[in-house]
Amino acid sequence: MENISVSIKDLSLRFGRIEVLNSMNLEIKQGEFLVLLGPSGCGKSTLLNCIAGLLDVSDGQIFIEGKNVTWEEPKDRGIGMVFQSYALYPQMSVEKNLSFGLRVAGMKKPEIEERVKRAAEILQIEPLLNRKPVELSGGQRQRVAIGRALVRDVDVFLFDEPLSNLDAKLRSELRVEIKLLHQKLSNTMIYVTHDQIEALTLADRVAVMKGGVIQQLDDPTTIYEKPVNLFVAGFMGSPSMNFLHGEVIEKQGNQSVSFKGIEIPIRSYPSINGIKTGTKVILGARPEYIKIDEKEEGTVGPFEAVVEVYEPMGADSIVWILLGGKEISVRVAAGKRYTPEEKISVYFKIPSVSIFDAATEQRL
Amino acid sequence: MSEEKPESSGNEPRGPKPRKISPARIGVYAFLIISAIFFTLPLWVMLMTSLKTMPEIRMGYLFNWPQEISFDAWVKAWDTACTGRDCNGLKPGFWNSVKITVPSTILSIVIAAINGYALSFWRFKGSNFFFGLLLFGAFVPYQVVIYPLIIAFREIGIFATLPGIIILHSIFGMPILTLLFRNFFGSLPMDLFKAARIDGAGFWQIFFWIMLPMSVPISIVAVILQVTGIWNDFLFGSVFAGRANMPMTVQLNNIVTTTTGIREYNVNMAATILSAAVPLVVYFVSGKWFVRGIAAGAVKG
Repeated sequence: MENISVSIKDLSLRFGRIEVLNSMNLEIKQGEFLVLLGPSGCGKSTLLNCIAGLLDVSDGQIFIEGKNVTWEEPKDRGIGMVFQSYALYPQMSVEKNLSFGLRVAGMKKPEIEERVKRAAEILQIEPLLNRKPVELSGGQRQRVAIGRALVRDVDVFLFDEPLSNLDAKLRSELRVEIKLLHQKLSNTMIYVTHDQIEALTLADRVAVMKGGVIQQLDDPTTIYEKPVNLFVAGFMGSPSMNFLHGEVIEKQGNQSVSFKGIEIPIRSYPSINGIKTGTKVILGARPEYIKIDEKEEGTVGPFEAVVEVYEPMGADSIVWILLGGKEISVRVAAGKRYTPEEKISVYFKIPSVSIFDAATEQRL
Repeated sequence: MSEEKPESSGNEPRGPKPRKISPARIGVYAFLIISAIFFTLPLWVMLMTSLKTMPEIRMGYLFNWPQEISFDAWVKAWDTACTGRDCNGLKPGFWNSVKITVPSTILSIVIAAINGYALSFWRFKGSNFFFGLLLFGAFVPYQVVIYPLIIAFREIGIFATLPGIIILHSIFGMPILTLLFRNFFGSLPMDLFKAARIDGAGFWQIFFWIMLPMSVPISIVAVILQVTGIWNDFLFGSVFAGRANMPMTVQLNNIVTTTTGIREYNVNMAATILSAAVPLVVYFVSGKWFVRGIAAGAVKG
């Protein structure tokens, strides 16, 4: 218990009658990189603002480094925050931006200089110290914003969609830098994003949120491979998981999912508690777990399908096929080419798919 | 995209589209020119009349250039024209107006900036109601509140004093200025405020270090509004300023409406131009800022 950095207990937040967060419990370990992931309006930024002390909570407690900070001012919580819009003070130079918090705290000049210098070194922004924010590129601005949290020597870093305003190339570069920074500093970091790639690449653990409730809290691989419910399954992955609505049937002791006349055997599916025959289910298969003309260990098939659209994406390609009248995406290696109307046979890699109860939308 | 180069025969469309003067454009310019003439004509008449001597004015010819340019009327208007019994011209009124306008402008803008800042960033319970109440003040006709105000000011002991008129102008400038500043601060990103709070800055630190340096454009707009508004004020000046602090507008009125003797049109015109000079200069110098600031405040209503 002693290496818990941030602990949230029964946290609720209401704006009037609207419940944004509903008695949430969350524990973040020392040095852990936790990503809060979810669609807009799911309460992830609100949760971050509550941790930062920028929003008063309606109920519950927040502990940082073992101290109950529920009623503390933001500055007394030992946190630094990086905003999506950078939020640099426009009329101050980079150096003044970095040192503002320290000057407000009344720190001595030599110490301020020392800290600013160290932060600038870590982030490689020394040549920019005398510039104004308008003279910086987006990436440089974001670096300064991170520096502002760095100089204050905080225990916990909070990131509120820090890369959303950057172009794709810069975003992937800064993503790596943030990961490097985390490896170097090993501070606790809480990172809010709606970008699943950021979540999967950066996180030690990902909390997928919806409607103010954490749906699943797990390491990125588990989140991707074994989503606990239909929402998490559909939210993660691009293109998203293919959902086949069907019913479980049984023939000679072997269970199958019957989908529009196609029977997909699910004997090798690692279900949690077994699946009752006759249950209405949704079979979720990621594009990479469907194979075309390629029988592998653990795959079932073949099933007849027709190619609809072929999308080369560089590293690999996506083929949209029609299986029993349903549009399904399949990921194939880059070299393979398919033409529309082409007849193909597909195989499902059953050990890697997910099966959900159609009624409760929970994983079976 | 590699497109075939167009044949350079000269007729092919290439490069910037040639500008053509369309009938609509001519219409717009004609309208603008006519409007400009319409509004500058009175100024022209005033200027010409003020430079003429009385005999020449009596000849008529309102629009003509003076036969003999004379600045006597200007000197008289400034220095020796009679307002009632005193014959010191507009000079004392000018300085009274300065003494009223400068402190009122500063005081009202400082308070309004703090109001707007608090209403945008430090939302308290009922802050919207408070703001609505303040705005309501903008719609109250001045004449309705004059008498209660006279009594209130007399009871406090600031009726017909310089501080009295300064406070009055500051109060009446408050609704529109607060609206201006609130909308301006409302258009600033909330993250900026949050970042400053994380950095540990308090109410005044955020205001002075971060918000105030950013609000230069809107402050200039506020200065323009207040300077012209207070300088041009006649009603409050004549009622609340007191005999010793009569602003320029009141003195101008006294000069122009004197009923004894002959009407010296050239002196009246010169006095009027002198009184209007300050707001005119303010508008000309800061017109660009004014439009920019109003537009900035209007982004988020």
